[in-house]
Amino acid sequence: MGILDLTAAEAAEEIGAGALSAEELFTVYRDRAASDRDAGDEGLNCFTWVAPDAPAPARTGLLCGVPLAVKDLFCTEGVPSQSGSKILEGYLPPYTATAVGRLFEDGASLLAKTNQDEFAMGSSNENSAYGPVRNPWDRSRVPGGSSGGSAAAVAAGLAPWALGTDTGGSIRQPAALCGIVGLKPTYGTVSRYGMIAFASSLDQAGPLTRDVRDAALMLRSMAGQDPCDATSLRFPEEIMLPHAERLDGLRLGVPEELTGEGIEDGVLASFRAALARAEGLGAQISEVRLPHAPHALSAYYVLAPAEASSNLARFDGVRYGMRAEDAPDLLDMYTRTRHDGFGPEVKRRIMLGTYALSSGYYDAYYGRAQRVRTKIAEDFRSAFSDVDFIVTPTAPTVAFGLGEKTGDPLAMYLNDFCTVPMSLAGIPAISIPSGLSQGLPVGLQLAGPAFSENRLLDAAHALEQALGFDGSSARV
Amino acid sequence: MRATVISRDEVLHVARLARLALSDDEIEPMARELSAVLDHVATISSLDLDDVAPTSHVVEVTGGLREDVARPSLPREVALAQAPDASDEGFLVPSPQA
Repeated sequence: MGILDLTAAEAAEEIGAGALSAEELFTVYRDRAASDRDAGDEGLNCFTWVAPDAPAPARTGLLCGVPLAVKDLFCTEGVPSQSGSKILEGYLPPYTATAVGRLFEDGASLLAKTNQDEFAMGSSNENSAYGPVRNPWDRSRVPGGSSGGSAAAVAAGLAPWALGTDTGGSIRQPAALCGIVGLKPTYGTVSRYGMIAFASSLDQAGPLTRDVRDAALMLRSMAGQDPCDATSLRFPEEIMLPHAERLDGLRLGVPEELTGEGIEDGVLASFRAALARAEGLGAQISEVRLPHAPHALSAYYVLAPAEASSNLARFDGVRYGMRAEDAPDLLDMYTRTRHDGFGPEVKRRIMLGTYALSSGYYDAYYGRAQRVRTKIAEDFRSAFSDVDFIVTPTAPTVAFGLGEKTGDPLAMYLNDFCTVPMSLAGIPAISIPSGLSQGLPVGLQLAGPAFSENRLLDAAHALEQALGFDGSSARV
Repeated sequence: MRATVISRDEVLHVARLARLALSDDEIEPMARELSAVLDHVATISSLDLDDVAPTSHVVEVTGGLREDVARPSLPREVALAQAPDASDEGFLVPSPQA
């Protein structure tokens, strides 16, 4: 078995056992990542920065120096952290995000920063100021977004694993479109300190990995309360590596609201086949109702832009990032810096959010959306009294063509149809590859109640082993 | 239900609130795109939500205050290092009233 065939967990085990050197592993991946970066348009454009050298040796800890790719929006001290935006071009943060710092403490080495949609706003990675990312399964297609660089890098074998963030599906949807595993933990499980904020009540960091075991391994290092993030939580138990092989007695609920209209036939076929496989492992499949789930997208596209319009007020050309030249006065400097520094989708969401929060419209939009959010959380609570997990396709389609949806914001937003409800409810959800449709990967989403990560990872692992998805053909 | 139509003036008003300059060729597409998204979002106005409490945050956080003790902060030169313009004393910006 070659180095590139190892999962992150296997690589750490080999290094720990003295069968592989951490320096050799890092150099192999560094060279691969650097060649993608050097290839420009000919490559996948996964990275916005690649480590210039191997790190100093003697990385110890559980993760044994295994290289880690980190989404651009995580602050990394002295390393460019631009959140895919021109307004933060070249920004070198004075500190490192807690999630990244915890992975370093456990022995991970920073390999690269990954390309993303600007400020994590997008579902195709076409909104990056640093160019679109391409899908390693088909270069003419998108990798999904907003953690598109992280997903494509892992799928292509340019990084053993990667850190991403999910606000409405930004880990799960690109994981699905690239044929890898993506986990959005329960809101508050991982500290948001040092994550350049998009929508604070929804943003959550999580792993993009080759398999479920790697996702558990990464989450184990990251989870935990942080004094620097008042919304972070003490996870009630230690995250365990999954080991289940069967699903006996497990009740899986299929919500008709997220498995019918709007889902591509090939995606539904793969979904149904995966459910049959789950039944073969002993799971019981039943229908559940999430009556308000079809309204989740509407609520999300009020709440997330509203929070974004507030969070992005800090980019004003004063403390960091770019500034428009020769502005005659302060107000003009603000408005022109923001005009020049933000891309079209970010401007659209700032405008949408500002409108929804503005005088006269607050109750009709923001207030109502917050109430819909309550109803969605109640729907899930009610469903989880009947079933252990909810299962849906992760995304309504397989990877679509570059440029195919850029002209129609609403069509783009519909990519998050199946992932946004879980984000609004703050519950954990994982996407695993269920198979191929038209030669492209399809993702299966499993969602559970808050703090059910250990059970969720176990179930996903058992199903993953039974499905036996082989993603090796995407490695470049 | 009447379709939501955002006018050019409304776009300019919201852009002022957002401290965002828009070029002439950005205004009309912005009005059209905001109208389309708001139209879609308006489906939630058909729901009966009168007796529903709003959720601003899914996690109940109480007592999230840390102890009020002095600790080192970012050194001034580090805080100023990434600014587009700064003096030894602080951030430099154009005058509010040119």
